[in-house]
Amino acid sequence: MKLELRGITKRFGDFTANDRIDLLVEPGTVHALLGENGAGKSTLMNVLFGLYDADEGEVLLDDEPVVFAGPGDAMAAGIGMVHQHFMLVHPFTVAENVMLGHEDVRGPAKLLDLDAARAKVREISERFNFNVDPDALIEDLPVGAQQRVEIIKALSRDASVLILDEPTAVLTPQETDELLGIVKDLRDAGTAVVLITHKLREVKAVADTITVIRRGKVVGSAEPTASQEELASLMVGRAVSMRVDKDEATPGATVLAVDSLTVVDAAGIVQLDNVSFEVKSGEILAIAGVQGNGQTELTEALIGVVSPDAGSASLDGDVITGRSIKDVLLSGIGFVPEDRTEDGIVANMTIANNLILDLHDQEPYAKGVALQPKVIAEEARKHVEQFDVRATSIEQTAGSLSGGNQQKVVLARELSRPLKLLIASNPTRGLDVGSIEFVHKRIVAERDAGAAVIIVSAELDEVVALADRIAVMYHGRIVGIVAPDTDRDTLGLMMAGAHQEEAA
Amino acid sequence: MTATVADAPAAPASSAPIPPKRFGAAITLGVVALLSLVIFGFGSASGASTTFVVARPTDFFAIPSFTLPSQLAAIVFSVIGLALAGWTAYRANQRRKVGLWVPVVYGMAIMGALLTWAGAGRDATSIQLTGLLTSSLFLAVPLVFGALAGTLCERSGIINIAIEGQLLAGAFLAALIASMVGNAYVGLIAAPIAGALVGLVLAIFATKYWVNQIVVGVVLNMLVLGLTNFFFSTVMTENGDLNQPLGMPKLAIPLLSKIPVIGPVLFNQNLLVYILYVVVAVLQIMLFRSRWGLRVRAVGEHPKAADTVGIQVNRTRVRNTVLGGAIAGLGGAFFTVASGLAFGKEMTAGKGYIALAAMILGRWSPRGALAAALLFGFADALRAQLGAIGSPIPSQFLAMFPYIATIFAVAGLVGHARPPASEGIPYKK
Ligand SMILES: Nc1ncnc2c1ncn2[C@@H]1O[C@H](COP(=O)(O)OP(=O)(O)OP(=O)(O)O)[C@@H](O)[C@H]1O
Ligand SMILES: [Mg+2]
Repeated sequence: MKLELRGITKRFGDFTANDRIDLLVEPGTVHALLGENGAGKSTLMNVLFGLYDADEGEVLLDDEPVVFAGPGDAMAAGIGMVHQHFMLVHPFTVAENVMLGHEDVRGPAKLLDLDAARAKVREISERFNFNVDPDALIEDLPVGAQQRVEIIKALSRDASVLILDEPTAVLTPQETDELLGIVKDLRDAGTAVVLITHKLREVKAVADTITVIRRGKVVGSAEPTASQEELASLMVGRAVSMRVDKDEATPGATVLAVDSLTVVDAAGIVQLDNVSFEVKSGEILAIAGVQGNGQTELTEALIGVVSPDAGSASLDGDVITGRSIKDVLLSGIGFVPEDRTEDGIVANMTIANNLILDLHDQEPYAKGVALQPKVIAEEARKHVEQFDVRATSIEQTAGSLSGGNQQKVVLARELSRPLKLLIASNPTRGLDVGSIEFVHKRIVAERDAGAAVIIVSAELDEVVALADRIAVMYHGRIVGIVAPDTDRDTLGLMMAGAHQEEAA
Repeated sequence: MTATVADAPAAPASSAPIPPKRFGAAITLGVVALLSLVIFGFGSASGASTTFVVARPTDFFAIPSFTLPSQLAAIVFSVIGLALAGWTAYRANQRRKVGLWVPVVYGMAIMGALLTWAGAGRDATSIQLTGLLTSSLFLAVPLVFGALAGTLCERSGIINIAIEGQLLAGAFLAALIASMVGNAYVGLIAAPIAGALVGLVLAIFATKYWVNQIVVGVVLNMLVLGLTNFFFSTVMTENGDLNQPLGMPKLAIPLLSKIPVIGPVLFNQNLLVYILYVVVAVLQIMLFRSRWGLRVRAVGEHPKAADTVGIQVNRTRVRNTVLGGAIAGLGGAFFTVASGLAFGKEMTAGKGYIALAAMILGRWSPRGALAAALLFGFADALRAQLGAIGSPIPSQFLAMFPYIATIFAVAGLVGHARPPASEGIPYKK
């Protein structure tokens, strides 16, 4: 089906998120939508999907103008969407989420046919190598798995226009390749695909046409043959360096010492198995590994979200395990959680308040029991400016920010107090290339200022670019700690469980 | 490169956040059971005995009344309570929850201990077990309907504090219409209409004007109270024909009603109770296994996700709130036509709020609502029975009993129950 948007304008109050945007997607093509964080990409797609009403402009399907009262209409017209903010019901199983809205029923009482839904999930998940258990509860799944469920959900209804809003932000490279393969298949079968991503490699791999938007306006288009640097500068409006420039690390004293840390989960499975390592001041230790191999448990055990079943960790010689989270944070640890919407921000609170979540009762933000709104606002403005958070005001709720800007709020909060240790999970998830450059610089600056840094990342590129040492995790253990110039095949094998000596 | 990968990468283990171990419930249960052991168990006069009457003359076969040594029986009941507390602690240590049967059996055991203690040494009187259970069920009827109404509304994301008002409106309209027609059964049709109207007002304010749902609910309760008081003291008092005590006969189900204990308790009740069985069963199945139920729960948990798959969020909420109101209204018929009473001022006496507690204790499921309401009904019936046999406890204290049971039940277990995530939050696009 051919999709055309004409002159779409969408405002939130006085703020214009989409300003007379035109877009044409031919059937059987992949149209990449590029733009920095807060450019208005998701907003545009939500208008198309019937979630928002446009203030101006029209949507045409096969040259017929259509008006959608809600997503139900859009779906009936053959539009499917993978949402950047997952639209999954947490206490439901995967199968229930996938069937929701177009449930199969059986028997005279017309009860839900869960078997059919499970079969469907299994079929799609096998076809695309997604490895998703249809009976798992969403709330028990790590973000990567939730992303796969969100994709399965969209694929389970045969859409003739498919919108993919940052579908690969938390996928592993292999999963990303599988997904790009699916996109190509769908395109060849005549589906019109809109792909939003910040990863230019993906754009170059599958896009047929590229439209770039900046601050709500279409600023140009590009050919997929354009180089990544060209695309990046078109997006951000300036030249972007795609590499991290940093000097050789000069590690100092040991800051974090982890000793035989072990975490057993509620089901009795050992998620973190006797892990020991050290991080020194002034070095970045990157933790590589396929998601779900204990990285989450490791970071959460370090800051005290889960209590370890054995072992300990100490910061500058003081034991931090078993202490309250607040204590741990105040002792000089910054933490960027893996799931920003769940653990990183309070969606209904303002940006300003989100920026002081961990310090709300400390000077200068509070005096006695009273908050100091002036100081808070001033600091918030500074952070928003520095981290380039695109927001209408600091009083906007964090939940209404674009995905990348939410991530920047989390980073701004964690990076703006003196740190001995920074623990960051997927710190650049959902950020545009310009912001990634900035965040990488900040992380390196943190290191150079003497902090110890732990980066957990599913992106091998990011790991290799930032790390002074790389620890590879597999099945809850560290299989080896290697130098950043270790070749990628070796890293890949270690991530599959081979020991360093075996892999090298 | 001589890489050997020992085993293929297994499915990434799930990383559910690990909940802390919670022993609060177990400790509460344990302390109360210990108190029961001391006061009721060792407090019962040794040598005294308590007589329990089980069967009725009309049963198929007679079960003889039995007499237990009071002290031993009260101790056994208390020990059952202690064992359940231990079980709860054991599960808590494994970070697992206990089923709803635990608090229900626990509550009954502790109350059993109380009963034995109260009946100890009173040879002239005996504990009428069947009668006790029958009135437990009967007294639970409005609570079950109320809790079902709450469950339906909250599962779709609307907080229904107006259950009390819906019960009262149902009771009033049932009495009025039934008196006008001269047939109690007509009241069963009128009652849900009254409740549904209250529900509709709540739904409109909640979904269209985004008014705080708790505030609307409280205001509605006041409004219904005022209106019914007004009509009661004007129209109904001036014209007594409009407020007659009409009753509904008990309908004994052939054969089933003759089973000892269970028969008279479950199968010799009036029509409203039979309707209750059907409503609980149907809602339990529909809510958890039908398309409608899946959508309702999705709307209550994550309305935006429901919207993105084409479910009409606010329409679902309005429908559920009206349906819930109707069910609560039907429960209101219990107070008048189903009990053979005329309408009286404020006659629901806070049952709507107890129903809310039953909903929470029942963890927002119809089956749970039934079990929790039965527990509260049992407490209520027990109070009546203790009053009748003349217990050593002052009657004012006895009157508090159901509410104390409520507080313990809710406080002890609700820490774990999780309400629908979006309840009370209006859905704005
Ligand atoms: N409900 C809302 N209320 C107010 N402002 C909003 C709302 N939703 C989005 N915005 C603003 O509109 C702008 C565009 O947001 P949008 O989510 O479309 O960005 P995006 O291009 O998808 O960015 P990202 O790459 O970070 O996902 C942002 O500046 C955001 O703050
Ligand atoms: Mg977006």
